[in-house]
Amino acid sequence: MVDPLAMAHEVIGIAVALPLVGFLVNGLLGRWVRRESASGVLGSAAVGGAFLIALALFVELLGQPAGERVHVVQLYQWIGAGALRVNVAFQVDQLSVLMMLIVTGVGFLIHVYSMGYMHGDPGYRRFFAYLNLFIFAMLILVLADNFLLLFLGWEGVGLCSYLLIGFWYDRKFEKGTTADAAKKAFIMNRIGDFGFLTGMFLIFATFGSLDFQTVFARASGLGAGTPVIFWITLALFLGATGKSAQIPLFVWLPDAMAGPTPVSALIHAATMVTAGLYMVARCSVLFALAPMTLSIVAAVGAATALVAASIGLVQNDIKKVLAYSTVSQLGYMFLAMGVGAFGAGMFHVTMHAFFKALLFLGSGAVIHAMHDEQDIRKMGGLGPELPLTSKTFLLGTCAIAGIPPLSGFFSKDEILWKTFSGGHTLLWLAGLAGAAMTALYMFRLYTLTFSGAKRWEAGKHPHEAPRTMTAPLVVLAVLSAIGGFVWLPENILWGNAMERWLEPVFERARAVMPLPGDGGGTAEAVLMALSVAVAGTGIWLGRRWYLSRPDVPEALSRRFAWAYRLLLNKYYVDEAYDAAFVRPLVGGSEKLLWRGIDAGVIDWCIDNGARLIGWVSGALRMVQTGIARSYVLVFMIGVVVILGWMLAR
Amino acid sequence: MTSSWLLTILVAIPVGGALAVSLIPDSSPRATRLTGIGASLAAFIVSLVLWFRFDAADAGMQFVQRIPWIPGADISYFVGIDGISLLLVVLTTFLIPIALLASWESVTRRLKGFVALMLLLEAGTLGVFVSLDLVLFYVFWEFMLVPMYFIIGIWGGAERVYAATKFFLYTMAGSLLMLVAIIWLGTYAGSMPGGVFTTDLLKLYQIAPAIPFQIQAWIFLAFTLSFAIKIPLFPLHTWLPDAHVQAPTAGSVILAGVLLKMGTYGLVRFCLPLFPSATFTFLPYIAGLAVVGIIYGALVSMVQPDLKKLVAYSSVSHLGFVVLGIFALNEEGMQGSVLQMINHGLSTGALFLLVGMIYDRRHTRMIGDFGGIARIMPVFATFFMIVMLSSAGLPGLNGFVGEFLILAGAFTSKLLGTPWYAIAAATGVIFAAVYLLWSYQRVFFGKVVHRENDTLKDLDSREWLVLIPIVVFIVWIGVYPSTFMDKTALASKQLIQRIEFARHGIAPPQARTMPEPLEKPYDMPAGLPGSGLQGQGGAEQGAKAQDPGQVRGSGERGIRVIPAAERKAVPAR
Repeated sequence: MVDPLAMAHEVIGIAVALPLVGFLVNGLLGRWVRRESASGVLGSAAVGGAFLIALALFVELLGQPAGERVHVVQLYQWIGAGALRVNVAFQVDQLSVLMMLIVTGVGFLIHVYSMGYMHGDPGYRRFFAYLNLFIFAMLILVLADNFLLLFLGWEGVGLCSYLLIGFWYDRKFEKGTTADAAKKAFIMNRIGDFGFLTGMFLIFATFGSLDFQTVFARASGLGAGTPVIFWITLALFLGATGKSAQIPLFVWLPDAMAGPTPVSALIHAATMVTAGLYMVARCSVLFALAPMTLSIVAAVGAATALVAASIGLVQNDIKKVLAYSTVSQLGYMFLAMGVGAFGAGMFHVTMHAFFKALLFLGSGAVIHAMHDEQDIRKMGGLGPELPLTSKTFLLGTCAIAGIPPLSGFFSKDEILWKTFSGGHTLLWLAGLAGAAMTALYMFRLYTLTFSGAKRWEAGKHPHEAPRTMTAPLVVLAVLSAIGGFVWLPENILWGNAMERWLEPVFERARAVMPLPGDGGGTAEAVLMALSVAVAGTGIWLGRRWYLSRPDVPEALSRRFAWAYRLLLNKYYVDEAYDAAFVRPLVGGSEKLLWRGIDAGVIDWCIDNGARLIGWVSGALRMVQTGIARSYVLVFMIGVVVILGWMLAR
Repeated sequence: MTSSWLLTILVAIPVGGALAVSLIPDSSPRATRLTGIGASLAAFIVSLVLWFRFDAADAGMQFVQRIPWIPGADISYFVGIDGISLLLVVLTTFLIPIALLASWESVTRRLKGFVALMLLLEAGTLGVFVSLDLVLFYVFWEFMLVPMYFIIGIWGGAERVYAATKFFLYTMAGSLLMLVAIIWLGTYAGSMPGGVFTTDLLKLYQIAPAIPFQIQAWIFLAFTLSFAIKIPLFPLHTWLPDAHVQAPTAGSVILAGVLLKMGTYGLVRFCLPLFPSATFTFLPYIAGLAVVGIIYGALVSMVQPDLKKLVAYSSVSHLGFVVLGIFALNEEGMQGSVLQMINHGLSTGALFLLVGMIYDRRHTRMIGDFGGIARIMPVFATFFMIVMLSSAGLPGLNGFVGEFLILAGAFTSKLLGTPWYAIAAATGVIFAAVYLLWSYQRVFFGKVVHRENDTLKDLDSREWLVLIPIVVFIVWIGVYPSTFMDKTALASKQLIQRIEFARHGIAPPQARTMPEPLEKPYDMPAGLPGSGLQGQGGAEQGAKAQDPGQVRGSGERGIRVIPAAERKAVPAR
């Protein structure tokens, strides 16, 4: 038997290196590769290989006792100065392996899908290079054993997001270009990073280390509610709001839809945007020690879930609806974290990765079929034309709406139950309202796209996508359908396998903060029935309004025109940010700092100082003109003055 | 001949190269260029020899050479390097051949003069980094101004004369005060019992910290003003944008890459160890100016319509980080700052090279004249992207390591006493992304709107050759900075300890009498930590040092605790 640690070492290195190799080969040598498909196959194989390794690691961890599933693999010292020592080291444990599986598994499917979707694009190789780089960075993020290395991955995925949103950098997007959207995403994330950095400095100042193990062990020694922990977690959470698109930094994610659809599926739905949640789960002990931060996390999560869902109700761009849905679902996950249900949050992360990737890829197939049309008002009746796409999409829609026994039902319900049983009734109500809206906007989306009359121009001939694109849809549909069964009540079949798997990771957090409401029995069943009923209502309304009674939503939007406009314009958050921050900063920098202080004050002093010296020198030069007559004149005047003075005395 | 001649050879090579260039007839520009590049490459090879023969386990000065110079006073030709100067020396010799290669096509007028001046500039700069005698340092410091003045004034843009004069006068104003301070220091040494006028830096290290605070403050300020102009520290930065915009590409590369570092190097080499008491007093103000510079530079950079000016203002921001790290006065900050000096040299140097490349093609640097360049020059766009990300401090590239250490140092600095400097400075991370990404977008993304841009050629092989070495180091430092930080670790540690001791009122023994010429220069007095790597806290060591039994050596080389009555040089904090 090979020493498991030694095996993990080599294998983990390979898993991380594979996508990097894919990136380097496609990025550096891609110019000389003739066949387009070679780049796609290479990129997909690199991620597929990493997935197999992740699977092997998972099996290996399964074979080990629950308490011994944490392995740290040291590679080398990255930064060392003074007291600061940071290694490049990977931590393989239940949480990181779960994330690895999601990232490489869903990532692989999306790579395969992209081979079809991006076919013929002049930037094909560049696309796969970026995608591989993204997987590499994401693996670093989830495997890092310290905050700084996590931050490397964190920024790396942000960079890839930036590059991929602006992938078609000369295309128009809404009021600006795709490049505007890319820049906005990066800068919003940078604002979050400012929080993350500050959090890291505080951690280093408080605990003298940035290693997870050290920091968490030392943090456990502090009492709950220590102010410094509050500030640390608040700063980290600011980072999470940037990366995971929560209030107040959520506005970049809808714009991120400017990128190619596989990117939206991979980065802006399934993986990168869940990085903030992963980070909170990883630091669960810190957050558990800061009840005040947890309340903020829960409140922000619930508010984001509601706000985004309400915006999603009125959007007309197929990807925009899904984007707001993602923001909203991420809000649910933060709500779970905020009430201390870290496991349930990660469960929803996983299920959401399945069904939201499915929905995005399905929307990609629609956009592909409709020749880049994204407006659902110009669709309709696509079901018969795209049978496979519409069926898988419907399945994904049912999953996110929370229809039992699909995956979303289990995970969303778990969050609502944990919120309720934790005593957060108001947050639970918000979540329930959000669930109703989710069902409504998703079935509105499905109905307008696939059912009813055809509203597209006669010239279009929608057709089902190629096999490379439909196969991933089928796999994801299966996962969305059955994924939820990893989280069954304890006495049914294998019970709650996923919670059992994850809970040891939150052991330290549980020492200060017990898991809320386990095994509720009747209460849980009642709530479950309630949320199914709520979802059912949403579905019923969605079908009825947009299939047979389009006059009802029409009338509503006219009756409540102000509210409709508010939602359509996304609560004017972009406009508010622009007026409050962007314009004052740019204007102030130009008029006040540059033209005012730099040119107006400093240079004015310098130039006039120089001029003054020149003028004084010019005046003094008169003293030494070298002209004898003026010397004699001055001499004579001097003699007269002195004589006069002597005489007058 | 031992390694003691290496530094002299290093400085002499470019001078010899300049002479050789001046002998080549005007009719063979190729030979001129090749000679110039050859000489600078030779200097680079010598610096590599230094790199590999440098002993990172020795905190003292290495490759030392001392030749008496001015009779009647202790002024000598005295050179040597420690890890900090080593890095800057190698940066200089690395960038000069690149800058010369970059101007292969862009400079054709008065070529000989240009190449010769570039080499003289290199000699002057290297001299600054290796000098261990204040007068020698001052000579090199002023000498280096002359070639730079001509490079801007002759090969510069339309406003070159104004810019060159401004550059010269600004710097000169500061350095004259420094000269006064140097003379004052030498005289002070001469006025001690048995003393002679000396400008030997290593002796002054032992003498100067004991100068009464009231006087120390003035000397410190004279030095600091001179360095602050060079860095440039807000609000003394306005010469920089003009000089950069007008300078030819090679001039900008060296100006930003190396010359600005002379200011920060001066702070590290002179201000801190010579005048610790004054350092403690003025530290909040200087750190404050650094933070203002970080944010101010970034904001002003953001609104520049001229790419080169944008890069110039970004230097103000980046150098603010370096100064902040230095005045954090701990190892994290110091190591970060030294590394950041190199990082800034690489990434800003590369940015100027890139701006130069597009300027050579389009003869404009206005951001508004571009747009959509990524489609036309994809390779150029890729290089620009990497360098831009390095400048923006993306983890995995060089800039991040330096910035993070600086901020971590400033955050935890006992002497700054508050994390707010670091928190304010960290907003610079946001603004850096704003100005870089925004300008990148306007230049490279979108559709091509100016038809003149349709025919631009992508990089040729010479330009690849110019950029590749820099990008290699950008990634190397980002991924494995230890190669470089190991060299500076001990020197930084020792510097910080020197200051820590001064803070605790423990001064070197010869503070009140003339020190003996040192056999092994810059040797820490016995009993001081620093000869060993074991990180023992300064306070603990201080306590040990007060134990007479711990004071080893002849008593002259040991540590003497200054009685409280004499300790007024150290302000209470």
